[in-house]
Amino acid sequence: MTNSFREFSKAKALLCIGTNMTEAHPVASYFVKQAVENGATLIVVDPRRHALADFAQIHAQIKVGSDIAFLNGLMRVLVEEDLYDKPYVSENCEGFEELKAKVMEMPLEEAAKISGVEVDLIQRIARTLATAKPAMACYTLGITEHTCGKNNVMSVANLQMLLGNVGVEFGGVNPLRGQNNVQGACDMGALPNVFPGYQRVTDPAVIQKFEKAWGVTGLPAEVGLTIPEIMDGLPTKQIRAFYIYGENLATTEPNISHVEKSLTAAEFIVCQDIFLNETTRFAHVVLPAAAWGEDEGTFTSSERRVNRVRKFKTPPGDAKPSWWIFKELAARFAQEWPSISGQELWDNEISVLAPALGGIKYARIEQDGLQWPCPNEEHPGTGFMHRGGKFSRGKGLFTAVSWTPPAEVADDEFPLVLSTGRRLFHYHTRTQTGRSGLDQVLSEELADISPADAQEHGVVDGQMIVLESRRGRVNIRARVSDRIPKGLVWASFHFLEGNANWLTNNVFDPTTKTAEYKACAVRIRKAS
Amino acid sequence: MPQITVNGRVVEAKQGETILSALDREGIRVPTLCHVKGLEPRGACRVCLVEVEGFRGLVPSCSYPVSDGMKIHTHSERALEARRTIVELLLADHPDDCLYCQKSYDCELRSLAESLGIHQRRFRNTSEPHKLDLSNSFIVRDEAKCILCGRCVAVCNSVVVNEVLNFGNRGAKAKIICDTDVPMGLSTCVMCGACVQACPVGALTEKKAMTKGRSNETRVVRTTCPYCGVGCQLNVQLNGEDLVRVTGVENAEPNRGSLCVKGRFGYDFPYAKDRLTTPLIRENGELRPASWDEALDLVASKLKQIIAESGPKAIGGVSCARSTNEDNYSMQKLFRAVLKSPNLDHCART
Repeated sequence: MTNSFREFSKAKALLCIGTNMTEAHPVASYFVKQAVENGATLIVVDPRRHALADFAQIHAQIKVGSDIAFLNGLMRVLVEEDLYDKPYVSENCEGFEELKAKVMEMPLEEAAKISGVEVDLIQRIARTLATAKPAMACYTLGITEHTCGKNNVMSVANLQMLLGNVGVEFGGVNPLRGQNNVQGACDMGALPNVFPGYQRVTDPAVIQKFEKAWGVTGLPAEVGLTIPEIMDGLPTKQIRAFYIYGENLATTEPNISHVEKSLTAAEFIVCQDIFLNETTRFAHVVLPAAAWGEDEGTFTSSERRVNRVRKFKTPPGDAKPSWWIFKELAARFAQEWPSISGQELWDNEISVLAPALGGIKYARIEQDGLQWPCPNEEHPGTGFMHRGGKFSRGKGLFTAVSWTPPAEVADDEFPLVLSTGRRLFHYHTRTQTGRSGLDQVLSEELADISPADAQEHGVVDGQMIVLESRRGRVNIRARVSDRIPKGLVWASFHFLEGNANWLTNNVFDPTTKTAEYKACAVRIRKAS
Repeated sequence: MPQITVNGRVVEAKQGETILSALDREGIRVPTLCHVKGLEPRGACRVCLVEVEGFRGLVPSCSYPVSDGMKIHTHSERALEARRTIVELLLADHPDDCLYCQKSYDCELRSLAESLGIHQRRFRNTSEPHKLDLSNSFIVRDEAKCILCGRCVAVCNSVVVNEVLNFGNRGAKAKIICDTDVPMGLSTCVMCGACVQACPVGALTEKKAMTKGRSNETRVVRTTCPYCGVGCQLNVQLNGEDLVRVTGVENAEPNRGSLCVKGRFGYDFPYAKDRLTTPLIRENGELRPASWDEALDLVASKLKQIIAESGPKAIGGVSCARSTNEDNYSMQKLFRAVLKSPNLDHCART
């Protein structure tokens, strides 16, 4: 997030696109709803009329996978009607002419046809955004989990720059992160292309810096493989050993049958986890890790805030903190690592090596955490980034993008679109919520379908249906809901049985390698 | 800037603020029951009454604005007597079961009675038998203990904006209702528990804390929620190493006391009986227990063998977005500095 949660409730306007905050980030949704109570304009753009839409002045019920057509349509109106922030764009941005040419390519009527949002509603939203400024744009996986995920993100950024909404308080481009520490895992360089602090693995100066700090030579100087590429490398033996730390890949990845084939083909799998799960079925060695509450450390939240995580219980049996396990393995390769606690790792290594974290030390985050960039120990942290439209790269770059459809669209054989996500009462594959009493609130997968599709297939609420895609088939209970538009089926991946990932399409955004969890073609019928 | 005098002390106040807000800043404590900081005052409970010189009646400090020259007495005999009577009236229809009440040591009504020197019931006992609503998976309601302060209604509607709780009926029949007066478990409640955290008495309590011991035996550890990426700050209340309850840290960024159902109630998993407690090695298709040395030696030797035969790029890894920064840092260091493999990723994009 370029901006902070504390701005939400005081925002003048919010554009929430592809984010079902009330279920996936409930506390953030409280702030959005408070903003509405305080008079803010809320625009929700989502195929489902989810709970936040009840609070919105405008809900644009777009078709799955049509975001760029819709956003380009908005930008076309802003340009055509001269409603964009001209001084901001000319002072702080580049690439405007290319963007203008791109958004003028598609007539509004066509944008309306693709997105299912009528021309006058596109115009109304554009005009509302031009007047109710600044607006905070918030999104989640509804934007990223598409084969055009990267372009979707670019498109949201384009809109916000065109409106002059980046680099101001109560504005910004704000992706809400799904996991407690997915931001931190990125910041720590658990990515194939960067060291901690987003320092490129291909930069010789950076390599030299890390070789010196770690007392080693020969750090790999190339960009590594992403999860889907590693998985695809297992059957071909390009990847012979797979170290899986705290991920239940056998349930979370798209097209479970394909995933199971890959994992079965692996020569050597190490799982480091807190429970046996669907993935440990394929493990050759399982290492027991300490869980949340059993060690000292930090998580970094969506708003770039580094928060303390504290120990309040002893790990069971022989379970050990993960850093200890990695350190012990390093020792077996004759490397002695110096740090022996979360605090030593952070204070003496991480915050020394990552410039944006340099000013964050445990002693400073005993109470509220600090938001990076925080380059030195006198720095108060950064609530919102790119202040005054001053971007890290200099000028904000418009990246003109065209709409592309999902890899698989509805057809005669599979006439419905399946979109997937998370529900309020569970979290991912339930390794945590399933053991915390939340199963009593939601004990099985459900498929949300529209009343019209239910009627067409003779299905009533609560009945079992067969939900089928080209990749798999599940028996699942139907939940008939008027929050779902005709033609859409919505399901989650919390339980192995009925899991939507038996059906999802293992196709990926070419750059980010994010899978298209949000769109594939399915059909339904009553279970016999 | 209005200047006021409080208990003989001159205090600078801010234009338009309430007396309570000025007192609060100066560290002068006046009790409240219905007040929720940051929300519009409702002046419902009247225990914050103070005496202002020249005013005919006592004024509720939570809702009365300051004006220049005000001379305020927060603990005059008149103010104390009024507070005492109000609390005695509240106690009149409140059950006397503090001994068994989960809120016992945290009860604001009990604490207030004590601080006002109330040692026995003055008015006829009109308390009703317990009316437990156990229909919600995580929250227990007991209407008999409700003092109608309305804090739960305030937080449900104005803080978490879930709009489930409200006042129903009127006069002596007034009560707090869920939706159209349905049991909480059948209502639209999403179990965020904000009402439980706001309740000053034992009318709303956590079901899971029922058998976990009383709070004077506990300690509190502040930490960060293990669920989504909002980063809510939690106070984990513990009895030894047993988790009693989780509450949101008031005034902390970003959540300022609020939580959701997962953050507040989804905390049992580290205690689950099926936790992994020892390394396991697969042998003849089955996982069998092993020592750390045996397991780590096996992992190291297998990785060494693969590196020797196929190079470091034949190793791939996935790090964990639920674990700490320090653990993630250590894993990427293992891959880069030790194994020399560039193939490390995590679920960043999903």
